[in-house]
Amino acid sequence: MTFKATLLAAGAALALAGSAAADPVKVGMITTLSGGGASLGIDTRDGFMLAVEAAANPDLTVVIEDDQQKPEIAVQLADKLIQSDKVDVLTGIVWSNLAMAVVPAATAQGKTYLSTNAAPSQLAGKGCNPGYFSVSYQNDNLHEAAGAYAATAGIKRAFIMAPNYPAGKDSLSGFKRFYEGEVVSEVYTQLGQTDYASEIAQIRASDADGVFIFLPGGMGISFVKQYAESGVGLPLIGPAFSFDQSILQAMGDAAVGVLNGANWSPDLDTAANATFVEGFRAAYGRLPSVYAAYGYDTANLLLSAMAKAPVSDTEAFRAALKEADFASVRGKFSFAPSNHPIQDLYVREVVKEGDIYTNKIVGTAMTDRGNPYEDACKM
Amino acid sequence: MAGGPAPPAPPETRPLSAMLLIEQALNGLQYGIMLFLMAAGLTLVFGVMGLINLAHGSLYMLGAFACAAVAAATGSFWLGLAASLAAAAAAGALIELSVIRRLYARDHLDQVLATFALILILSEGTRWLFGSFPLYLDIPAALSGPVRLPGGIDYPLYRLALIGFGLAVAAGLFLLIGRTRLGIRIRAGEADREMIAALGVDISRLYTLVFALGAALAGLAGALVGALQSVQVGMGEPVLILAFVVIVIGGIGSINGALVGALLVGMTDTLGRALLPVAFATVLPPAEAGSVGAALASMLIYIVMAGVLVMRPGGLFGRA
Amino acid sequence: MRREPVLNTLILLALLAVPLAAQALDEPFLVTLATKAAILALAGVGLNLALGLGGMVSFGHAAFFGIGGYAMAVLAAPVQAYEPLMTWPMDLPGTKSMPAIWLAAMAAGALAALVIGALSLRTGGVYFIMITLAFAQMLYYFAVSWPAYGGEDGISIYVRNGFPGLDTLNPLQFFGLCLGVLLLALGAMHLIARSRFGLALDGARQNPDRVAALGLRPARLKLIAFVISGAVTALAGALFADLNRFVSPSMLHWQTSGEIMVFVILGGAGRLFGPVAGAAIFVLLEHLLGGVSEYWKLFLGLALLGIVLFARGGLIGALAGRAVAHD
Repeated sequence: MTFKATLLAAGAALALAGSAAADPVKVGMITTLSGGGASLGIDTRDGFMLAVEAAANPDLTVVIEDDQQKPEIAVQLADKLIQSDKVDVLTGIVWSNLAMAVVPAATAQGKTYLSTNAAPSQLAGKGCNPGYFSVSYQNDNLHEAAGAYAATAGIKRAFIMAPNYPAGKDSLSGFKRFYEGEVVSEVYTQLGQTDYASEIAQIRASDADGVFIFLPGGMGISFVKQYAESGVGLPLIGPAFSFDQSILQAMGDAAVGVLNGANWSPDLDTAANATFVEGFRAAYGRLPSVYAAYGYDTANLLLSAMAKAPVSDTEAFRAALKEADFASVRGKFSFAPSNHPIQDLYVREVVKEGDIYTNKIVGTAMTDRGNPYEDACKM
Repeated sequence: MAGGPAPPAPPETRPLSAMLLIEQALNGLQYGIMLFLMAAGLTLVFGVMGLINLAHGSLYMLGAFACAAVAAATGSFWLGLAASLAAAAAAGALIELSVIRRLYARDHLDQVLATFALILILSEGTRWLFGSFPLYLDIPAALSGPVRLPGGIDYPLYRLALIGFGLAVAAGLFLLIGRTRLGIRIRAGEADREMIAALGVDISRLYTLVFALGAALAGLAGALVGALQSVQVGMGEPVLILAFVVIVIGGIGSINGALVGALLVGMTDTLGRALLPVAFATVLPPAEAGSVGAALASMLIYIVMAGVLVMRPGGLFGRA
Repeated sequence: MRREPVLNTLILLALLAVPLAAQALDEPFLVTLATKAAILALAGVGLNLALGLGGMVSFGHAAFFGIGGYAMAVLAAPVQAYEPLMTWPMDLPGTKSMPAIWLAAMAAGALAALVIGALSLRTGGVYFIMITLAFAQMLYYFAVSWPAYGGEDGISIYVRNGFPGLDTLNPLQFFGLCLGVLLLALGAMHLIARSRFGLALDGARQNPDRVAALGLRPARLKLIAFVISGAVTALAGALFADLNRFVSPSMLHWQTSGEIMVFVILGGAGRLFGPVAGAAIFVLLEHLLGGVSEYWKLFLGLALLGIVLFARGGLIGALAGRAVAHD
């Protein structure tokens, strides 16, 4: 699937003046644009392209491909982008399992990969690579934020739940890492499960005083609606994925008051964020999600590096990326030695503003948080 | 960093109380009845026309989308429900007239390929119309919140209503097939296709009617369940697979079989998820027990299905 | 009515011409696409034996495809991690050698097909379709939740496995290798169809009673065909895993079963080259339509529907006439 987004050279002359690097850069974006998970990929793409279009840099070309949320397709698209389109930089993958299939091979071929979302632990620790940058987070971070904050929010005895797959297991261990209360029950559900009556009955029968869930996408929508209906009423907390802009409207009132760990929020008070949220609303007629924010930051990071070094000089280009000299919508942002962010983690609460459900920051969970795999990264 | 790592608190496994077991059984019953609405249409269409319809799940999705769209526009869930019936029945009739009727004389292979193509068309067509984001659909205010059952179980009213409503639809369906002229024709069609044509029944109209009826049941199930779940593209496919499991266990073409199969699958799945992790906890450490139990629970209905077919190759109520 | 052999030759020539086209158009990715088509065609060739010749409509061939893929991962992953495959009951190292992996994949696929087939063949018709689906789903959920080989994440094998005398990392040579395997499999299928076994199998599909009257056991004939079919599809799975250098449960997903079935029916079930034509067209459509619109699957669906409604007997059936192969 190829949408060639070749950018207009409007104002090219002044953009180029004095630039250190007039080297054209070709970016290949692999993301999910069809099927049930498409909304995440579409937000990633839209956030990324918003920054790209605002910059109007004629040296930047983006080729966008649809991975259909299938790892095999993602691998084949990476082959295509590298072999046929001869891209310099890859980006855009939403899902960890797809990232694990693509990133190691891409970096082994000397390409630079900028992650707009997925950042599995393997790529942060032993498998870290000078060509791999996670602009979003490390996968454990948002679960850690929820865990660190849960006790503060009054959850002393937690019922924790995630789908039975690697990211689900990482999620629960991430939550437990900084949680100061007691875990009373740890439940694994089926991936893609849509009915949670059985689990909700277990929550009701437990003596927990709060529930942590990691149920991304449709699973989260189903759970939250059914949980609200059950009248169990214990406070809910989770990572931002389960309560993000792209799915909140489908949850409706059921989600109001839910806490979620995040590193970005539409109400985060930075100048760059105000520009981003307004620009995104104007361009696409909806509020941005975290995926859109990561996409936007990724594009701006890339543009900042392009201004400093030519992409053909791989080492200099990667050094320029590592400086992270761009105005992140998250405010403070720098890279740890493993090329994963050091950033503040927040807890947000779902609120209703007019007809729109969105998130507001209610507290800071951790400051200058890196990731737990840093020591294993020898780079 | 906010504090150091907490000492690992070993999750304890709680003994199952009788109340919890009853609640889980209710959940299984409700799940099973919704599966029956899906499976009934599938098994009817196969019984009467001999057609495998992989796109049945897409009609379920269509019902949910129609309900969500109309409920959002009018503010009434009940209008949405009516719309889901109408939209799914209309879509069913349209699909039957334009595509499905060319397939009756074909073998199962062509039917599988054509209805596989229909899944792609209906899924992406829906995404084109409604966008890629999940839609909002909430249960009606009159049915929201929990009620207290005798014995002190707090149970969601909507799920109780689903059980009642589903049973009523099932009863209506049995009456329709057992007591009406249309039902007689349907049963005759299942028994001998040439015979009813010889009796002067307009067979192509009967086929369109049966297909639309099956589609309407699927659309209704989609709308009813959509209020509890996520209304999104692709929501029909996992349900389709389950509905197939149901009708195969029950015996393809048998409405009675579909009911028994649906309840068996609903109960097995719900109780398996609830009980297996607890059972494994007696021999394994808790975290591992949860993981292994969940893995086995997700395979359980397929194991039951394989077991039934090995014992009774034609399903529980099948004629084979 | 000798149009089918001509058509088959044309299909082969088209596949062979791909590398030249890739060179001329400076589109090296075309070679990868052709490799994918050849491997998927091989999976279809496996299914075609069960489906076309044996009349067993298996909706669970993803099970064998995935087993082949995982056989590759199980053997190659220990080498990558510098660990032995097993130390008990005997010391056994893993391997990066394709021929060894292929043998293991085919053996595993055959064994799985033996078990699944023996149980499934107790039923027939639509029940057979569904029970094979059930077995594949069981394996899918097992692979998703089993942590040893990555679970849902799957597992990457960073360097493509080797074949004596070839540089498999070179896309052209790997394509040649896959094409060679495909041709061997096609040759074997041709021989099987002409053999006494093949004729008996064909008979068992059309008239089981008559075959039984001849003293042959239709169920056993079908089971043997199902086992060979599973082995060939597993071989395709191992190659597919090597193409992607990656294995995950999505190879076992029911949609994969559906797609393998689509290749066979699209090309023409029971036709020797049916799966080759079907897979090639599918890969081409996926690639071309993908460039047209975000909603390309809608058009893919319309194209498939058009073919099944108006090109009976699949593409080869439509182009070569219906009388050629058995019907």
